[in-house]
Amino acid sequence: MNARERILAKLRGSLEGTTPIADDYDTALVTTPWTYAPAQRVARLRAQLEAVHGETQLTTSAEWPARVFAALAERNIDELLVSPLTLHGQQLAAQLALNKGGLRLKAYDRAVETWKDELFFHTPASLTGTLGGIAATGSLIVWPTVQEPRLMSLVPPLHIALLKASAVFDNLHEAMHTQRWSEGLPTNALLISGPSKTADIQQTLAYGAHGPKELIVLILQDA
Amino acid sequence: MPNFAALTEAPIEFKRNARAALADGQLRRNFRGAMDFLMVKRAAQFADDEECEQLRAFGNRVRARALSRLPALLEQLEARLTRNGVQVHWAESVDEANTIVHSIVAAHEAKNLIKGKSMVSEEMEMNHFLGERGVDCLESDMGEFIVQLRAEKPSHIIMPAIHLNVGQVAALFHDKLEVDYTEDVDLLIQIGRETLRRKFFEADIGVSGVNFAVAETGTLVLVENEGNGRMSTTVPPVHIAVTGIEKVVEKLRDVVPLLSLLTRSATGQPITTYVNMISGPRQADELDGPREVHLVLLDNGRTQAFADSELRQTLNCIRCGACMNHCPVYTRIGGHAYGTVYPGPIGKIMTPHMLGLEKTRELPSASSLCGACGEVCPVKIPIPSLLRRLREEAARRADAAPHHVRGQGANHSTKEGLVWKAWVKMNTSPTLYRLLTYAGTRARGLTPANIGPWTEHHAAPKLAPRTLHERVREHLGEA
Repeated sequence: MNARERILAKLRGSLEGTTPIADDYDTALVTTPWTYAPAQRVARLRAQLEAVHGETQLTTSAEWPARVFAALAERNIDELLVSPLTLHGQQLAAQLALNKGGLRLKAYDRAVETWKDELFFHTPASLTGTLGGIAATGSLIVWPTVQEPRLMSLVPPLHIALLKASAVFDNLHEAMHTQRWSEGLPTNALLISGPSKTADIQQTLAYGAHGPKELIVLILQDA
Repeated sequence: MPNFAALTEAPIEFKRNARAALADGQLRRNFRGAMDFLMVKRAAQFADDEECEQLRAFGNRVRARALSRLPALLEQLEARLTRNGVQVHWAESVDEANTIVHSIVAAHEAKNLIKGKSMVSEEMEMNHFLGERGVDCLESDMGEFIVQLRAEKPSHIIMPAIHLNVGQVAALFHDKLEVDYTEDVDLLIQIGRETLRRKFFEADIGVSGVNFAVAETGTLVLVENEGNGRMSTTVPPVHIAVTGIEKVVEKLRDVVPLLSLLTRSATGQPITTYVNMISGPRQADELDGPREVHLVLLDNGRTQAFADSELRQTLNCIRCGACMNHCPVYTRIGGHAYGTVYPGPIGKIMTPHMLGLEKTRELPSASSLCGACGEVCPVKIPIPSLLRRLREEAARRADAAPHHVRGQGANHSTKEGLVWKAWVKMNTSPTLYRLLTYAGTRARGLTPANIGPWTEHHAAPKLAPRTLHERVREHLGEA
């Protein structure tokens, strides 16, 4: 017998004569305390995100590119990592062309190994979409894709995320159930609740540990 | 310096370590402050007592359900992960687990490992094992990074550097990283960030633990605030996750109550900054993520705890650390005094299964049984009852059957056994009882004034001048 067989045999031997405990999942317990009136949902999400230094802005599906330009200008950032293959990437590029702005758009269009140094040290900001939000905990649901890979929401010091107000769920259970996560998760799925932080030095909270120092969530009220 | 169990054969000298820690005023102030902070934060997250109690009971049922079908769930987890492209390995001992990790390292000719926080890797002494073989392991969690720089062990399972204050970290960074001395925490964290950032992409392999392994979907769930866990599991070309066999849950939705209990109990947060759900390596068209993902499932004494339905509850643990935050003993002596990877109440009931009771004989008694740990445990592990049970296992004869715990009888004393035998005899024989209580009350002047530790701080007990029976008879006028 190998280690696997021995471990499983020991566990089976210990359970001999017992019956597995039935699944009495209490959905109400993980949803009812975390349910919000439609008008409160986005407000809750914003409050939770802002409590952990996330910045949120209410905007619209037409107006949001201007908010991106303003946020970057405010920080003297002239380069943005954004996918040209997404609808929001194309909208931003079109708006930028119209404005004749000086912002450079950079695409994450090749394997990370080929441009690690640039990604890690010369990419000040990124913009990604989200799959939704969770009001209870102020979380963004992010499923990295080929267009918007995993590190886009992690490495640049400023992460700007687009969130459709209609995709804000009350709680994790509702999001998971409605979006049928258990039927097929991507290789990496994330919940992001604020910029990176740590309290490892004498319980003093500091932001920008290893991930983004700032997270700006643009909430599209009409989408 | 407290002795550390895994690296020596000698029993952990808890009492000696505790005495030294109690005499360290700085350490005690650091822990008192930290524990008060964490208790307040947790309490604020569980403002509704009823919700808290119901959720704890639910968390207990979810864990108990997973354990009640553990072998089947482990097989399901393995099958799903394998289908997703993750390679699953099984290890009975830490040596086996280290050998597996080393073989992966060797296959890739890897020289540098970057680690997200993993208590199982601490349990394995992975850094030590690989270090001896010329492989460099760097801790990337800020707290772990700090303790590694000090060549120390974590003193808390969630906040590894909790025994240090900002001045101590400032001095450490100044000394080891050759930066200007600063007590500005933001600056210190930025120094850590810059130092480690380059290391993430230089690393050949990333290592992490696992908070929940979901059998239904073949998903490894990791929670963290810093982003170092995501870095370690995303940037290097190979990711190795190490975890105990008990971490599996049945369904993805089971993560919902456990995640809420974990983050609220551990650090008083509604959720951590990142919840990282890994279900497979980089696909052909993807642009980042590890090309290879491995999961090492470690037993190391867990099947022993599992074998007994009472001790099995130890494996409910989701490693939140609330038991230590609320423990009056831990608060006063800190994590290092336990000499074990898992300190505090959970460490005292888990470590005997990993190391045997011979080495851990002082641990089950390192408690006042005040019950605080059991009251805050998010999955309702009856820690005080399990401590009492392990005391019994340590005191039983080594050859008594059934034999549940390695090192049974480590504290067995023939003298103590005889005393209790005599006690039983006296209390089950009315004649003997009367005779001895009569003799005892009349010879009360002869009882010793010095009875060891008790009389260091208390007056020596003295028998009453007359027995209770005599006094009752007198009271009823029968004398």
